[in-house]
Amino acid sequence: MSEAPTVENVDRDTEELHAVAIRFAGDSGDGMQVAGARFTDASAIFGNDLSTFPNFPAEIRAPAGTLPGVSSFQVHIADRDILTPGDQPDVLVAMNPAALKANLADLAPAGILVINTDAFDERNLEKAGYTSNPLEDGSLDAYRVLKVPMEDLTKKAVEGSGVKGREVLRSKNFLAVGLMAWMFHRPLEPTLTWIADKFAKSPEVRAANEMAFRAGYNLGETTEMFRHTYQVPPARLPAGTYTNVTGNQALAWGLVAAAQAARLPLFYASYPITPASEILHELSRHRNFGVRTFQAEDEIAAAGAALGGAFAGHLGVTGTSGPGLALKSETISLALMTELPLVIVDVQRGGPSTGLPTKTEQSDLLMAMYGRHGEAPLPIVAVSKPSDAFECAIEAARIALKFMTPVILLSDGYIGTSAEPWLLPDLDSLPDISVPFTTEPNTPDGEYLPFLRDETTLARPWAVPGTPGLEHRLGGLEKEDGTGNVSYNPANHERMTMLREGKVAGIAADIPPAEVEGEEGARVLVVGWGSSYGAIAAGVHRVRARGRKVARVHLRHLNPFPANLGEVLGSYDRVLVPELNRGQLWRLIRAEFLVDAERFTKVQGQPFKASEIETRLMEMTE
Amino acid sequence: MTVEYSRQDFQTDQEVRWCPGCGDYTILASVQNFMAEAGIAREDIVFISGIGCAARFPYYMNTYGMHSIHGRAPAIASGVAVARPDLSVWVVSGDGDAMSIGGNHLIHTLRRNVNVKILLFNNQIYGLTKGQYSPTSEVGKRTKSSPSGSIDHPFNPVSLALGAEASFVARTIDMDRPHTQEILAAAHEHRGAAFVEIYQNCNVFNDKAFAALTGREEREVNRINLTHGEKVVFGPDGSRGVVIEGGSARIVEVAEVGIDAVHVHDAHADDPAAAYALSRLSHGPFGPTPVGIFRSKERPVYEDTLQGQIHDAQARKGPGDLAALIASAGTWTVG
Repeated sequence: MSEAPTVENVDRDTEELHAVAIRFAGDSGDGMQVAGARFTDASAIFGNDLSTFPNFPAEIRAPAGTLPGVSSFQVHIADRDILTPGDQPDVLVAMNPAALKANLADLAPAGILVINTDAFDERNLEKAGYTSNPLEDGSLDAYRVLKVPMEDLTKKAVEGSGVKGREVLRSKNFLAVGLMAWMFHRPLEPTLTWIADKFAKSPEVRAANEMAFRAGYNLGETTEMFRHTYQVPPARLPAGTYTNVTGNQALAWGLVAAAQAARLPLFYASYPITPASEILHELSRHRNFGVRTFQAEDEIAAAGAALGGAFAGHLGVTGTSGPGLALKSETISLALMTELPLVIVDVQRGGPSTGLPTKTEQSDLLMAMYGRHGEAPLPIVAVSKPSDAFECAIEAARIALKFMTPVILLSDGYIGTSAEPWLLPDLDSLPDISVPFTTEPNTPDGEYLPFLRDETTLARPWAVPGTPGLEHRLGGLEKEDGTGNVSYNPANHERMTMLREGKVAGIAADIPPAEVEGEEGARVLVVGWGSSYGAIAAGVHRVRARGRKVARVHLRHLNPFPANLGEVLGSYDRVLVPELNRGQLWRLIRAEFLVDAERFTKVQGQPFKASEIETRLMEMTE
Repeated sequence: MTVEYSRQDFQTDQEVRWCPGCGDYTILASVQNFMAEAGIAREDIVFISGIGCAARFPYYMNTYGMHSIHGRAPAIASGVAVARPDLSVWVVSGDGDAMSIGGNHLIHTLRRNVNVKILLFNNQIYGLTKGQYSPTSEVGKRTKSSPSGSIDHPFNPVSLALGAEASFVARTIDMDRPHTQEILAAAHEHRGAAFVEIYQNCNVFNDKAFAALTGREEREVNRINLTHGEKVVFGPDGSRGVVIEGGSARIVEVAEVGIDAVHVHDAHADDPAAAYALSRLSHGPFGPTPVGIFRSKERPVYEDTLQGQIHDAQARKGPGDLAALIASAGTWTVG
C-alpha cells in the first residue's frame, strides 16, 4: 500500500490538466495491452481516477501491420470522478501506419500524435493502405506530431541486456510507456516493480524492458523535442483504500465473497469463451479458498456440472458469453424447474452467432429474459461498471439462494476487460446470505416434501444429498405442488406455472426501489442498464452543465423490475432508453408499463460516448 | 457407515411405469438388491438420469436423485461428485441418451475419471420415442425412421468406453441378476469412473435382441465370461477360446491351438489394448460375446486430485483471506 504522491517539482513547462485520455495503438504483437495496463497502474497508484478501454482483434495474430491486426488500449485519467474512458483520445501513440490509420479519426482536434517513425516504411504504408506517407504529405498538420524512431532507440537502449535477434524490438512498447510516463509525470516505480516481478525468471528480458522503459523516460527528459509535459493531479476521490480492478476480476472476487457470505463452497463450471474466460482464470487460481473450478467439455456440461454442484449443496455458478448462454438454456430451464439456486454469468459480446467476440454489446437481455422453452421466468441482475461487478455477484447469489432459483448475471465485454479504481469494500459488512439446509422432515407426519414452499418467498426447502431421512427425487417433469411427485394434472401445471412466476415477481419486494438521480422540473428521464452507466451519467452531467434538466435512473435489477419503476416512468413526459442493442430494455419497458419510451441504440461493438448521449439529450430538451 | 437394508428400503411409493415385461424391472431389482447388500447409507446415494425409458429409474429408488435432461446426466453427476466426493453417485442412461445426444459428456466423464458409476441400459432401440433405430442398432435395422434399413454404423459401447480410457468397463445382461449384482459391486468398489453396459430387452420395440446371450441353448454357445487371471474359454466344456494376435482377438477351437495359446484375461493391465481387442469380438450380441469386467484399473480420480490441490493450496497459503485477495493487485490510499 502506498500513499498517493503529491505533485511537486512541476516546472513552468508543465501544463496542468483535469483529465486526459491516452490511446496506445499498434500491431496486435506490439504489446499495446501491456503498455496501456502499465500506464494505467502507474496512474492509479499516483491517485488519478481512471477508466480504461482495451480494444483488440478477435484473431490471435492477424497479419502484422494490417488494419485488422490493430490493437489498442485507451486510458482516461483525471483529477476528479470520471465515468468513461473518454470519447476522444487527447494523445495517440501509433506504433505503425495501420495503427495511425485505424485510430486517427478518433483523436481530439489538435491532439498529440506520438509516432514510431521506424515503422513508416513503404511496405507498412502499403499494408495500411496509404498511398503517400502521412508523415510527409501534410495530412497530420492539424495535430501536434512527435516523431520518435522507437525501434532504433530501443535497439540502442537494450544493448548489453543480453536479448538478441527478434527479441530486441519486443521491448519497444516499454519505450513508449516510458515516454508517456515522462510526459505525464507518472511515477516509475510501479512499472519497474512490475517488470521485475513479471520477468523474474528471465533476467535478460527484464533488463531489456527496464532499459527501454528508462530510455523512453530519459528521451523526454533530455531531448528538446518535447516542449511540454502535462500534469493531471490526483483525483479527490472519497477517502479510503483503492485498487485498480477490471470487471471480470471484480466479478470473480464477488463470487468468492458471495460463497463466503453464503457459507458455502464455490463451484464454478465454465467453458473458455471470450470475454468471460478471465473469470475462470481468476477463480482457478484460488484453490486455497476452497474454490472448485471445472473446465467442462462444452457449455452444456458446464451448466450441468454447476447445477449438479448446486444440487449437492455448493454455490453453483456457470459463466459464459452469449453463444454459450444459448447452449446452456435447456439446463437453466431444468434449474428453474427443479428450483435449485444457480448463478449464470453472461459477459455479453457482439452477436449474433460468433458475432464480434472481442467487442461489446448489450444484446442478450431478451435472451436472458425469454431465451428458454416454456413459461420460464428468472431473475436478472446487471452490472453497470467494473467495480459494481463485486456487489452484483453477491446480489445474484443472494437472490438465487433466498428464492431457490437460477439467476442470470449480465456483464459485458466492456465492463469485463476495462479497469477503474475501486474503493475497497468493508468486508465485515458483507450481507449474510446464507440459507440453512433443511435437515428435518417438514410435515407433521414426519415426511419431507421437497416442494413445500415458504409462504413469503415461495422458495422450496433445500435438502442436500447426505441428509438422512430426506431422500427425494427432483426432475424436469412437471411436479405436484408440495410432494414434487410427477404430475400431468392440467390444473396443477397451471398452478405450478403461476407459483414459479409469482416467486420471481415477488422478488420485487426484496430489492431496493429504483433511485432517480433527478432534478426539480426535469421532464426527461433517461433509463439505462449495464455498461452504458458511465457514458449516460457523463452525458447527463454535460447537458445539466448546459442548463438543461434531465433525470436519470440506472437499473441493476431487470427482472423483476424495482417495484416503483412504473411510477417513476409515469412521472416524466419523455423517457429515453439508450442501449447497445436495438432496443431490448426499451421493448420490455413499453410492454410492461405502457409508456411511450423512446429508444436510442448503437450496435457498433463500441460503447456509447458521453457526447452521443449529450447530443441526443440536447435535442430532446430543446 | 454400514447400514442394514433390505431391497424394500430402496423402493419408493411411486408406481413403476415401464411396459410389462421390460428388462428395466429386472435391472431395478438387481440394483435394489445390490444396494441393500452394499450397505451404503441411503442418504449418501445419488442417482442421476437423463431422458428415456431408463431415465425414470431415479423415481423408483429411495435415495437422492435427479431425472434431468437428455444426455446430460454425466455432466450433472460430475458436478455432484466433484462437489461431494463423499457421495456414491450413479448415472442411469440408455443407448440413445448416452451414446447419441450425451456422447460428449460420457467420454469426457470417463476421460477425467470422475467417481461416478454409469449404467448404460442398452436395448439397441429408441423406446420412449417409440421405436427408431439407435446409435447401437445394427446396420440394416428396419424401424420407423429407417424403413429401408439403417445405414448408420453402430457404436460398440464397450469399445467406446475403452477408447475414452475409462478405468472400469464391464458388460452384463438384465436377465442375469446374480451377474449384474456382481458387476455392480465391482463398479462400486472401483474408485473412479465405472462404465457398465447392461444388455436390456425392450420387448415392445426390439424383443429378443439379445437372444444370442439369453436363449437357453444359445447362451451355452455364445456367452464368453471374462474373469481376471483366467483363460478366456467358453462354449460346451470350454471347447472354444480366444487368442489375441497382432492386437486382434479371434475365436479358436482350443483343441486346435492348444490351451497354452489361449489368452489369459488381465483386467488390471495398464494397456487397454487387449481389453479393446476382446470388445471387438462382437458388435452387439449376434454371436460369441464377452461379458464381465473388461478393464478395472486404478488411476487418479478427478475429484480426489482436485481435493488434493485445495488441501495443498491451503497448506501453502492458508485458507484464503478475501481482504488480502482484493488487495493483491496493489492498493493506494486517498486521504
